This record gives sequence, C-alpha cells and structure tokens, in this order.
Amino acid sequence: MTRRLLQAVAVIWAAFTLSFVILYLLPGDAALNRLGAAEGGITATPAEVAAVRAEYGLDDPLVVQYGKRLWAATHGDFGKSVMTGDDATGLVFDALPSTLEIAAAGLVLAVLFGGGLAVLGTYTRHRWLGNLLLSLPPLGVSLPQFWVGLVLIQIFSFQLRLLPALGTDGFAALILPGITIGLPTGAIIGQVLAKSLRTQLAEPYVEIVLAKGASRARVHFGHALRNAALPALTLVGVVAGNLLAGTVVTETLFSRDGIGRLTAFAVNSQDIPVVQAVIVLSAFFFVTINLVVDLIYPLLDPRLAGRVTRKAVAAGA
Amino acid sequence: MSALLEIRDLAVSYHTRTGVVRAVRSASLTVESGQIVAVVGESGSGKSTTAHAAIGLLPRGGRIEAGAVRFDGRDLTRLGEKQWRSVRGAGIALVPQDPTVSLDPVKRVGEQVAEVLLIHGLATRRTAPELAVALLGRAGIAEAAARARQYPHELSGGLRQRVLIAIALAGEPRLIIADEPTSALDVTVQREILDHLAHLAAESGTAVLLITHDLGIAADRASHVVVMSEGEVVEQGPTAAVLDAPTQPYTRALLAAAPSLAREPLRPRREPGPEVLVEVKGLRKTFTLGRNRTGPREVRAVDDVSFTLTRGRTLALVGESGSGKTTTARMVVGLEAPTAGTVTFDGHELSTMGDSRLRALRRRFQLVYQNPYASLNPRFSVEEVVTEPLRAFKVDSRAGRRARAAELLDQVALPVSTLARKPAELSGGQRQRVAIARALALRPDLVVCDEPVSALDVSVQAQILELLVRLQSEHGLTYLFITHDLAVVREIADQVLVMRHGRAVESGQADRVLAAPAHPYTAELLAAIPGADRVPLG
Amino acid sequence: MPDTRTRTRTLVRSPGLLVSYAVLVFALLAAVAPGLFTDQDPIAGVPAERLRGPGAAHLFGTDETGRDVFARVVHGAALSLWATLLAVLVSLVAGSALGLLAGFRGGWLDSLVMRFVDVLQAVPSILLSLALVTALGFGTTNVAIAVGVSNLAVFARLMRSEVLRVRTGVFVEAARASGVRWRGVLGRHVLPNSLGPVLVLATVTLGVAVLEVSALSFLGFGATPPTPEWGSLVAGGRGFLATAWWMTTFPGLTVAAVVLATNRVSRALDERGEA
Repeated sequence: MTRRLLQAVAVIWAAFTLSFVILYLLPGDAALNRLGAAEGGITATPAEVAAVRAEYGLDDPLVVQYGKRLWAATHGDFGKSVMTGDDATGLVFDALPSTLEIAAAGLVLAVLFGGGLAVLGTYTRHRWLGNLLLSLPPLGVSLPQFWVGLVLIQIFSFQLRLLPALGTDGFAALILPGITIGLPTGAIIGQVLAKSLRTQLAEPYVEIVLAKGASRARVHFGHALRNAALPALTLVGVVAGNLLAGTVVTETLFSRDGIGRLTAFAVNSQDIPVVQAVIVLSAFFFVTINLVVDLIYPLLDPRLAGRVTRKAVAAGA
Repeated sequence: MSALLEIRDLAVSYHTRTGVVRAVRSASLTVESGQIVAVVGESGSGKSTTAHAAIGLLPRGGRIEAGAVRFDGRDLTRLGEKQWRSVRGAGIALVPQDPTVSLDPVKRVGEQVAEVLLIHGLATRRTAPELAVALLGRAGIAEAAARARQYPHELSGGLRQRVLIAIALAGEPRLIIADEPTSALDVTVQREILDHLAHLAAESGTAVLLITHDLGIAADRASHVVVMSEGEVVEQGPTAAVLDAPTQPYTRALLAAAPSLAREPLRPRREPGPEVLVEVKGLRKTFTLGRNRTGPREVRAVDDVSFTLTRGRTLALVGESGSGKTTTARMVVGLEAPTAGTVTFDGHELSTMGDSRLRALRRRFQLVYQNPYASLNPRFSVEEVVTEPLRAFKVDSRAGRRARAAELLDQVALPVSTLARKPAELSGGQRQRVAIARALALRPDLVVCDEPVSALDVSVQAQILELLVRLQSEHGLTYLFITHDLAVVREIADQVLVMRHGRAVESGQADRVLAAPAHPYTAELLAAIPGADRVPLG
Repeated sequence: MPDTRTRTRTLVRSPGLLVSYAVLVFALLAAVAPGLFTDQDPIAGVPAERLRGPGAAHLFGTDETGRDVFARVVHGAALSLWATLLAVLVSLVAGSALGLLAGFRGGWLDSLVMRFVDVLQAVPSILLSLALVTALGFGTTNVAIAVGVSNLAVFARLMRSEVLRVRTGVFVEAARASGVRWRGVLGRHVLPNSLGPVLVLATVTLGVAVLEVSALSFLGFGATPPTPEWGSLVAGGRGFLATAWWMTTFPGLTVAAVVLATNRVSRALDERGEA
C-alpha cells in the first residue's frame, strides 16, 4: 500500500513537472510576458515588468525557477491568475463544488445508462432487441459532446421549455449538463461492458454452469457479470478520473461556473498559473480515484487479492 | 432393458459466417445404465459434438439437423429451455476437457459445488456448504473443508478436475459425459483421476460416456467402444472385440498409430556411439519469482543434471510438467544460461562463449518446437520459413536457397507447391514437417525436439515419428528428444533420462529402463500409460 | 484472389459498412475538391439571404451573414480532416516509436518510457491538449498537434504490449535459435506482427481525433473566423439556437456521420484482424 501511495505522489509530481515543461518552457515570450505583467500589475511599464520578472524569478535559470515553483506548489501556491490577479489555487477551489455536482450526476447517469444497455443487450433473448440495444453505445461514442448538449438545449429548453438552458443554480440546472456528460461517457462504459460480458459468456466455465442446470439469469447475473465487471471497473476509474476536466465543453455550453469554464477562460487568456493548478488538481483527482479502484479490485477478483488483502487484514487486526 | 442414452442417426452442423460445417453426419450409439462407453476419434471426428448434443450444449451456431437423442425414454431434441434445466446436472452431467478454465475464477470452489445442490433443490442454503464439502471429499480431495474455501487459481489442474467431478456428481446424475477429461493433465494425475471417476461411477451406478482421442484410455476403462471418424461412427462394440479384432480399416489404422499400444520400436535400439557430441555436467537453473519477506523466492527448475549424448543416437528426456526437461533442453541449445554446470557441444563449452561465437555455433544445432501453430511466423510463406536460417548465415544465392528449400520439402515429404503457401493454410502435421525442414536447412549435427508430436493427432504423430527416424538415418542426425510420453520413448529412443522436479531420477538404455525400471517413479510413469496392461512393454 | 472476393462479400452483406465507406469517400472528396459539391462561396455571404432555412437553394440553410451552411461544411472538410490526420499521425508515429523502444529494449529504458506514459495518461487528454494549446498558441495546426500528443500514450502502451507479446512468441525464439540477428528479428518478425493492432487503433483514434479537434475548435482555439471548420461552425450557430436550428444541427450531424463511419470501418478492420 505504501508503494502505491508513493507511486501516486510520484505521478502528481510528474504531472506538475510535465505542465511546467509545457507551460513554462515551450511558449514564446508572449505568455510569459503576460505572466510577468500580471504578477507586476496590468498597467506596469516595461521597466517595471522587467523588475517584476526578476523578482518572480522568470529570469532565473530554469532549474531554479522549477525548484521555486515546485516548492511553492507543495504549499498550494501556483501563482496569481493573469485574468484577475487572484490566487490561482483559490480560484480553482471556488470552482470545484459546482463541477463536482455535474461530474457526479454525469457519472451516475453514465453507469446506469451504459451498464443497463450492456446487461440488457446481452441478456435479452430477442435478437433484434439485443442488436438494437447494443448498437446504441457505438452510436453514442460517435456524437460530438458539444453538439449533443446543443440539441438537448434546443429540445428541452427552447422547444419544450422544460429545463433551463443556462446557469449554475438548482437541481433543474443540473439535468441537461448531467445528461450531456453522461451520454458519451455511458456509451464508452456500455461498449466495454458489453464486449466483456460477451467474452465471459463464451468462456468454458459458463458451459459448466449451464451443465449444472442453471438458468440464463443465474449464468448472467451470478457468474458472467461479476467476471465482466473487472475491465469495466478499470474503465470507470479512468473515466471518473477524467470527468473533472471533461466538464470544459459542458460548462462552456451551459454557461455554468466551474473548473471547466475556468479552464476555458484561462486557456483563452493564456493564464498559465490557473491552467497549471487545474492540471495538478486533475492529476490528483485521477490518481485518488484509481487508488480507490485498486482497492476495490481484489474484492471482485480473488486472483488479485494476494498481498494487498493479507496486509490489510494484518493492519486491521 | 431399455438403454439409458440412445442416440439415433444424429446429424449436427455448425452455421458460421463462412458457411455450414457438417460436424456429425450420422452417429448412433447407446449407453446402458451403469456402463462406461468410450467414444474414440481424432480431432474433427465429431466425437465432442456428439457428446455436447447429448447434453444440449452445442457451441454457438451448432444445430441438430436430424436424428434423435433419447435419455431415459425422453427425446431430448424436443425439450424446451426449462425442461432441459431439470435434465442438466440432475440427469446428465458434464466433466469438461480443460479444468483450468472450466471453473468460475471469482467464486470459491465450495460455492460452485453447492450451486448444483441449490439449483436442483437438493439442499437448502444452510445445508448446502456442508454437503459440498462432503462431495469434494468423495471426489478425492484431502482436507476438503479447507479446499472448499479456496478459489480455483489456488488449486492445481488435477485438484480442479476433482472439483469438476464433485460438481458432476452433486446432482446424482444417471449419466456423466466426460469430454477428454484428462487430456490437459499429466499421465500420473490422469490415471488417478480416471481411476477415481470409474470408481465413483461404479459405486453409484452412474453411466459414463467417455470421449477420448486415446485408444489406450478407452481400452483401460470402457466396456464398449465407439470409433468415430469424419462425423460418422465407423465401428462399435465391446471393447475387447473392437480392439482385438477390428473389422474396419480405419480402426486398424488408428490402433496401429496409437503410441500407447504400439508394439515395436521403429528401429532397433543402439548402444551409445564412440563420439560424444553433447556433454552436460552438473546443470542447474534457478528462476526467481518475485520476492517475499525473506528475500527473493526461488524455484529450482533444473537441479544437478548430467548426461552425455553420442553422435547419431537419440536421447529422450522424459518427465511430467514441471520436471525441468524443457529448461534443460533450452540450456543445451544456449537459449537459457545455466545457473551452474556446463554444456559442452563437440568440445566447445557454451556457457563461456561470447554471443557471436554462440551464434556461429547455432548452425550446428537446431530446434523443433512442440506447437507447430506458434513456431512459424504467420506472415511468412513456407519458403521464407525454410530459408530463413540460410539467409541468416548468408548461405548460397537466392536461387540456390530456393532450390535448397524445394529439396528440404522433398525430404520431409511435402510437395514443392507448398513453398508458396502460408502456415495458416496447412494442417498441424504439415506445419510440423515445415518446422523440421527449417531445422534441417543448415545441415545441423544435433536436432533438439521439444515434444514435437504432442500437439498432433495420433495418426499424424506416427507419421512424424517415422519421418524423424528416417531423417536420422539418412543424415546421421543426433536427437535430443523431449517428451512426457513414455510410449513415444519406446518407439524412438536409444537412451533415456527420466526427470522429476528438476532432478534426473533414472537414466540408461531405453530397453532396460522400460523393461526393468530401477526407480519407483519410472515404474509409476510406466504403469500410468493408458493401455499398458494390454501390451507387454520393452 | 479469394481474399478480394470475401471482402466484397462482406461489404454486400453489411450495408452499414458500405454506407460508412461511402461517407468517408465523400468527406475525403470534399476535402480535396470541394468544388465538386458546391459552387457557393463559403466566406462571402449574401446579406439578403441571411438566416434562410434549409431548402432547395440552400441545402443546409444560411447563417446570420447569408453564407450557405452547406458550402461552409463542405469547405470546412479540408481543415477538419487535415487536422485529424495530423493528430493521428503524431500519436501513431511518436507513440509507436516509444512503445517499440520500450518493448524491445526493456530494462531501465522501458521503465522510463512507461512512467512518462503513465503521466500522460494521468492528465486528462482534453486538459493536456488545452495546456499545449495555451503554450503553443491557437490555430488548427497547434490544436492538431495537441490532440496528437494527448492521445500518444495509448499507442505507446499498445505497441509495447504487442511487441512484448510477439517477442516472447515461439516463432521469434525459433528465428533466434536458428541464428537470425536481432535486427532481423525486430524487422522481419516482431514489427510486422505487432503493427496490425496498432494500425487498427489508429483508425479508432481517427474518430476520437475528429471529436477532439472539433471540440477544441468549438471552444474557439482552432481556426480563426471566417475560415470554416466543423467545430467552429457549430460554435458559430450557438447564438441562433432558438431561431436557426440548422446552423448547429447540420455541421454537428456531419461530424457525427464521419465519426460513426470511421468507427464502423475500424470495427470491421478489427474483426478481420481477429478472424
């Protein structure tokens, strides 16, 4: 477990480094100049900017810059936003709650929608129904998310006038963005689970279960589903880890406050500190969720239990 | 007395995207209560399809086209899904071919046995676990209560097959269909499992329909034998009658080819020759498998093995899985570095040799692998496969290599037209011939054959063994022959070395070892050969 | 050739596949020679005909400055598809090279490459491409490169695992045992046999890349107006959802159709690979 935790920390550190390389090393001076201006004040003269650049270490050797930024980042300090002059970390944390709301709503819908289609599609005895249900996920992954959102707005907000097209407040404002995120995500989950279920149903052990006199329901829900859940769970981990950033399009579409919209604004104004704070936060999110998934794994598959559970038991006793 | 199972003029075909395959054309057989009936045939004979039709579990696309399957007076081909469920498990049970993939990997084995009892209402949720433990015990599993709480991956192949037998017995069926129940297991385990299955069946009066490719197993176990070929029953009757006085040419050919029943060595045995080609001394190999708290976990795959192989002779390394025979062979050809000990090939010591000298020496020893499906690059044509060693050593011009390839194919009795074909277009036996041709391309001194026939049907096995023997005398080859099958040893080996758990337990002239084994393990291996009782060995 | 015959038979049996190929051919033709499909100007509008609904004169209707939406979709194909191909090429070349290196050389190099790949995967791909766009600047080429880099990890992983699978294959050892040098083993055995699944992944990624490129240009980081590009066309219609549904619907449907067709074709390729 300690090993896994260390690995997780290493990945977050590496994400910081990667974003440093991309954001601070790649660009021409344009973005960095904006940064210097922001940290010195928008109205600064070139001389003042230069002074500030020096003060903030933008003229230091890269290694020194990297060291300083990393040290600050471990204290939660990613610098000041170019747009507002506020603390970048603070901006990100202010935006987090409303993003968590739609991310969670999207994930729940995705699992219900994807899981339901895959299970029903492989279980039904009617071939046409199975084919129909199983053709939906491949369709779902082909639709552009921004377009799905627009179509939803068109139908439910403008035609039917049922749900708000814009805004952050209230449960009603959560539904359309939730569906917009849940549809493509669920389609991915559905595709993988359906494929995995089909593979499991063709395994030799299924024949033995049938030879015992078991019903299709027992084979499907008692045996195949649990075995098929493993790859699907891995996928849910990855998908959930990506959801925070996956809200960029959706939040922009629905003019919802949150991490995604903040990111879009930040990229638009080449606001390096905010972009970096979002990247590190997402990596943290991703790593945490996948740690949790790793802990669930052995519960589903005894072959993976081995060391982990034995140590967990020892620690618990 | 009416038959328990009666199959009449059964025809089964598979409907696939590429067309219809008629797997069973016309099969009729009967099984009486308490009888053991063996269905024997090679791959593609339709024996397994017939068995699966009898339990209503044909693979996808399989369809019964004609005929009847009567069980206990009922025609099973007319049953609906619900009625089938009451027959499966409680009337007819199945013991599958490969125990390693036939149990649900995420459920405890006790649970999987108990499931049968619950499905057929033979126990309640409370009583089922205890009954399951008892069943596991009956299937010959020691410490059944502890085993019941384990998962399949924690058990050996033999134990898993016993779990599957417990599952089959749980519903107290009147017929057990055993589809090649031991072909994935070692011979000594195979014998224990079959003994136990036969014993249990006799005890409970259960009939067994035993599907096997091994005439020896049929001879040992069954009271009646049904011989199938290409979807049809060729011959059937009481075992003794069929095997001692076969009326059909196919049965005779099958009997002649079956290594377990073969009577004569393919060539007189020879004493070791004057010239030592390979000398192995004190060979050891230790593998590290991860680590645990006390340090790296080590497995001794080969432990102090020594032998000499003289020019022109065949030495067989015999052992069951995990005996270290393959690892030994790989060290002999320098594909694996020994942990300790030496391999000397014609005076050159391999372990102290640099890569480039070893590569140069590779011209003189070549390998033939067990699985001809995996050992040929699927993208190569046969010509590319056969000429690759020549290309690697820049032997000859392009035209010369082409001519040599044709000559090699002729030596392994394949038509020249095969040169342009891809491995996927060839049968298993043909592929193995191509692999042998590749091994001969550089005119090596030594050919190491790693189980070269164990993936092939018996009649093909016999042909390949004959080919190897012929090539040996034509080219003066020396063979190191790896096998798990003492029956194969009997046919071709001059000297033999029996291995177990990485150690050499016995070695010597093949005649002597087979006729009068000095080590109890060799004796056990010999006794485990199916059909051994019917033929005197030696 | 029996191969061609079975291929034609597969096509005839699955009309979906046939339609998919047709969609892709049309999209490629539109990218190469837009004049084949429309003679209307995608840039200059006719103010008198602004916000007309779809009809005979304007198949997909017109936008707020009277430009023909169909013409803009057709002329947008070149930019959208070029960006997509560039993105996939970046992932394919860089990713496979990394995977090949890691898988074949092994050891510390393998660990290094794979840790790098881990990090690329821990940062959500849209965020990674946004960061790259922040650094590189806006524009279709930069968007394409960013999308390519953000998808590179999957290629590296697949290539590596394929190389490892093939490398341990018996036929590779057989080649080694018969004296073939490692370069021959890599070039003649490992690479040809591990490339298949990677190329299938490339076709799958085509669809993903179309979506990601158009999403980024929808967010406004791609082509500068008035240059037509599928994602920005949808974005341009956002303000007219209530009055001119065609401005978003048709460009969106076009993207969906192309992605659907690519996915169908790549699935067919995958199945053929497995068979």
